[in-house]
Amino acid sequence: MRTSRPARIGQYTALLAYLVFLAFPFLWLLSTAFKPPRELGSLHPTWIPEDPTLGNFRQAFDEQPLLHAALNSLLAALGAAVIAVLIATPMAYVVARRRTRLAKAVTGWVVVSQAFPFVLLIIPLFLVLKNLRLINAVPGLVLVYVVWALPFALWMLAGYVRAVPPELEEAAAVDGAGRVRTLVSVTAPLLAPGIVATGLFAFITAWNEFFFALVLLKTPEKQTLPVVLTHFIGAEGVADLGPLAAAAFLATLPSLVVFALIQRRITGGMLTGAVKS
Amino acid sequence: MRARLQALVLALMLLLAGCSSGGTRDDGRITLRFQSLAWQEESVEANRQLVAEWNAAHPDVRVEYVQGSWDSVHDQLLTAFEGGEAPDIIHDASDDLADFAYGGYLADLKGLLPARLKSDIPQRSWETTTFGDGVYGVPFLQEPRVLIANATWLRKSGVRIPTPDKPWSWAEFRRITERLSGGGKYGVAWPLKEPVSATLNLSLSAGGRLFHRGPDGKVTVRFEAADQTVPRTIHDQANTDRSASPTTLGSGGSDTLPGFFGGRYAMVPLGFSYRQQIVQQAPKGFDWKVLPAPAGAAGLTQGVSPQTLSIAEDCPHKKEAAEFLGFLLRPQNMVRLALGDWMLPTGTQALEDPALRTTRHGWAAGTALAAHLRPAPAQTIRGYPEWKDKVATPALQEYYSGAIGLGELRERLVDDGNLVLARYQR
Repeated sequence: MRTSRPARIGQYTALLAYLVFLAFPFLWLLSTAFKPPRELGSLHPTWIPEDPTLGNFRQAFDEQPLLHAALNSLLAALGAAVIAVLIATPMAYVVARRRTRLAKAVTGWVVVSQAFPFVLLIIPLFLVLKNLRLINAVPGLVLVYVVWALPFALWMLAGYVRAVPPELEEAAAVDGAGRVRTLVSVTAPLLAPGIVATGLFAFITAWNEFFFALVLLKTPEKQTLPVVLTHFIGAEGVADLGPLAAAAFLATLPSLVVFALIQRRITGGMLTGAVKS
Repeated sequence: MRARLQALVLALMLLLAGCSSGGTRDDGRITLRFQSLAWQEESVEANRQLVAEWNAAHPDVRVEYVQGSWDSVHDQLLTAFEGGEAPDIIHDASDDLADFAYGGYLADLKGLLPARLKSDIPQRSWETTTFGDGVYGVPFLQEPRVLIANATWLRKSGVRIPTPDKPWSWAEFRRITERLSGGGKYGVAWPLKEPVSATLNLSLSAGGRLFHRGPDGKVTVRFEAADQTVPRTIHDQANTDRSASPTTLGSGGSDTLPGFFGGRYAMVPLGFSYRQQIVQQAPKGFDWKVLPAPAGAAGLTQGVSPQTLSIAEDCPHKKEAAEFLGFLLRPQNMVRLALGDWMLPTGTQALEDPALRTTRHGWAAGTALAAHLRPAPAQTIRGYPEWKDKVATPALQEYYSGAIGLGELRERLVDDGNLVLARYQR
């Protein structure tokens, strides 16, 4: 079906408006990060700083251990993403392929588990981790992030597994491939976009997470980036806006870079034409 | 594929092993964790320097500086207390201490603090951290609410400039803001994102107390003539005289500054420490001045919730922690902390320091108000946080915006408010 020209113009206009809407906070952050204090207090703010400065970045790095915090965040986020994917992938396969009562129960439990607010979980979690001597340690945080990301990761991956036609696995079996061989050589490559998307979800969730990190990490050298960012905010919500914007801008970069590098892999279409339906 | 997977798992395990804590060295030294909420560059620097000086002079009692955040301190401390992992020395504000003090998480400091520190801080400040029979924090920094004024504008208008000796009355303040307004400009911009503490603290100047303790020890809310002076002034400025900007009523203090610098508002009532932002952000040549908030029947009195330093009940080295507090709050050190935070110290000796008596950046105008500062009303009353969030904040916001009148405001603050308080006082 061909779309008429006016309809297409309308679609692109809507898309552009949506993009501007999404990009606005980020561009404003970028602009603020390079503004000197006097421009931040201006009644008529400009998009392009009139007197751009790197002072905010300098101050942010001088005042807070941003690089160290970023490394902690990276370890926690990467650890959580990899472990969550390693656990969720085989689970998702079973849930999606075996239509047993257990699979249904697991799916139900995943939905129910999403209903618990984390404020409810934090004190029991804190006590459990304390007994395991995992308070104030990044591995403890990784554990929490994995548990936190797992239900949704499982849910997401199960959807991807269902999208892989079972006929492909049957065809491999007919050609003499064993179950493991089928999984590794046929199913896994087709699941790659789903695995990447799920990993990305777990990574970004952990990278941005604040509350667990705040409560579970005690000493400055263990703190993650979102916790350190709040040190630029004072009593009654007064913020040191310039350095905060500079640090927050730097904190968003890794997510953007990771996304830019792998977004090609997330896009679908790999299965197009695999089977006749 | 399998080799790559194995390498990935191995790398991950190494990463996790590398970042796990190696534990603390057992060298016989005492280590105290001091969680500071200092956040401005100068303030963080002052705190870190003082900790370094202590550590240099006391090799056996090492203090570890931990950065906390005002934004999340209550939740973070609550969890840490519950889990037995709280810092030894805790920086907070007096209006946040009630739950922790009554919950038994904070040490009673009565027998721990040096006599010099006890006598240096006035009794009215100690009252902000006294809960029941115990003292659960040292109040050390405080800030009055002041009027930051566009000096050029005021001078040109010819209005009388108030001083701490001869402040404006609330009625005079209203007349002056009306005179300064017109043509899209306003005499005042009230940033009332948090309307309750501003209203209650300033109401003390008119003799408003709002909370009254009966002979049975139970607290009830009454909204009498003295309680109405401040809210009515603000309401009339915004809705009758049009001398207060209606758009800033829901804003935070920082949000009013661009309009203030841009010549849209003649004055903004702000905490004393906002001067730091003004110094940083004001356009070159912008002439500003610190004026005392208007006075009422009780003069310049206003309520404050000082910043506090407490010791955790679980701290095994309370004596050493108290010695550190004694060091941190020596008069000359208190001055450094006050300068770093652009606030007033509570210590009487520190207040005499010439650095806090200079007219530069309005220091002298604020220091002159120190004797008039009293504990914020209701901060020790149980049920106050719920009354504030569920009853007073929406009621005052609606009143200031003109959506409801004084009668309904009274009804909600008093009738609904007493129902809330009664639940806590059974």
